[in-house]
Amino acid sequence: MRIRCPYCGARDNGEFSYLGDAAPRRPEGMAAEPAQMFDYVYLRDNPAGAIRELWYHAAGCRSWLVVTRDTRTHAIAGVAAARDVALAREAGR
Amino acid sequence: MRYSLLSVLGQALRGQRDWTPQWRDAAPKPEYDVVVVGGGGHGLATAYYLAKEHGITNVAVLERSHVGSGNVGRNTTIIRSNYGLAGNIPFYERSLKLWEGLEQDINYNAMVSQRGVLNLYHSDAQRDAYARRGNAMRIAGADAELLDREGVRALVPVIDFDNARFPVKGGLLQRRGGTVRHDAVAWGYARAADGRGVDVIQNCEVTGIRRENGRVTGVETSRGFVGARKVALSVAGSSSRLAAMAGLRLPIESHVLQAFVSEGVKPLIDGVMTFGAGHFYVSQSDKGGLVFGGDIDGYNSYAQRGNLATIEDVMEGGMALWPGLGRLRLLRHWGGIMDMSMDGSPIIDRTGIEGLYLNAGWCYGGFKATPAAGFCFAHLIARDAPHPDAAAYRLDRFATGHLIDEKGMGAQPNLH
Repeated sequence: MRIRCPYCGARDNGEFSYLGDAAPRRPEGMAAEPAQMFDYVYLRDNPAGAIRELWYHAAGCRSWLVVTRDTRTHAIAGVAAARDVALAREAGR
Repeated sequence: MRYSLLSVLGQALRGQRDWTPQWRDAAPKPEYDVVVVGGGGHGLATAYYLAKEHGITNVAVLERSHVGSGNVGRNTTIIRSNYGLAGNIPFYERSLKLWEGLEQDINYNAMVSQRGVLNLYHSDAQRDAYARRGNAMRIAGADAELLDREGVRALVPVIDFDNARFPVKGGLLQRRGGTVRHDAVAWGYARAADGRGVDVIQNCEVTGIRRENGRVTGVETSRGFVGARKVALSVAGSSSRLAAMAGLRLPIESHVLQAFVSEGVKPLIDGVMTFGAGHFYVSQSDKGGLVFGGDIDGYNSYAQRGNLATIEDVMEGGMALWPGLGRLRLLRHWGGIMDMSMDGSPIIDRTGIEGLYLNAGWCYGGFKATPAAGFCFAHLIARDAPHPDAAAYRLDRFATGHLIDEKGMGAQPNLH
């Protein structure tokens, strides 16, 4: 599996480390109910199919990336810098 | 047909003509008391112990493909009970005791071979940690011996004891650990369950879980609706997908784990050995191939195959411990899909939906647990109360904070 890093180009997946599903959003600190925090920390959709997930290019540019990948085939449909994804989400609010 | 020396000799004289199928090729009936989803080791063991221990024989095991096609036939066949936490030790020790009596119990040669499991240590701190683990095991009734360097050398002279970075200082040995022929476990439990009246139904994929008034009434399958008073999910790797059919989200991610077999060679290593400074473990099969593996690939996957980066990592671990491995050719490798739970420990519990039971989250340690998981899951299903040895494996422990985190990694499934 190769991941096309927006800064470094296509690189072997061994250069990256994996955090997991990019969907969970951390609830607002002390205001969060325990049930919300439980959901954020522990529960996952774990889809068989397309998933958006966070990878870190540890042995490269050290950027966080959002990779869209099919868990049934490992085919990667898209890669974006996590920073850009977060900025776009904030702008859309 | 009961298997014995007499039956083997008798069949030999009759030209092997009269062997009968090991289990019936059952078709689904309209309704059962219990439907077990998943015809792997755990599901078949659950059905067997439901019939044997609790007298519940109106049971079906539904398998999407064929018996033994999933993780029960993809693991590296190791059995052991060398755990360190209170919630785990009694359970895995029960499992090891059940393994010791399994072949007589189910009248099937599963090649249970207690050749020993040896965990190597490479530093003083690691020796202390293993001494503590060994003591915890012995207090709980399991066996453990702390070996020094010469003790290890007597068992495995072939490894590199003087690696500059990770010299072998000794090991923790569980002599009662070893290997079991994994296919025979699936076949043996299928035959034994069938013999007690259980329907083992292959090529029957569950596509939905039907509920009425918050109660499970049966499952939709590729071969029509099958009614059930109780439905038991035992589908490690696909637990999230099945649970989603009942509207549940689980504290589980599916990950791929790879395993490897070398070409066959003369006996090199007697038992199972693990490298303590990286993730690498190895044993030798009766055919002579070295069977080995290491870490999961580390990303969500349902693909049943992994990537080269992990293969390289496993080989590096192997070469650091045993440079001679570099002379062997790799014969084949494969992958299986693991239910990686959020604390590295399994779940055997009710689900909050009446009549729906869950056995899941086995990470990459499900094979050794097969007999006890079946035994305890059957107890839960039959009596609606957890078996004492599996009482810690609750689904709600993630919400209440009663985690069983053997490795101390936190809620990061790819690190367990």
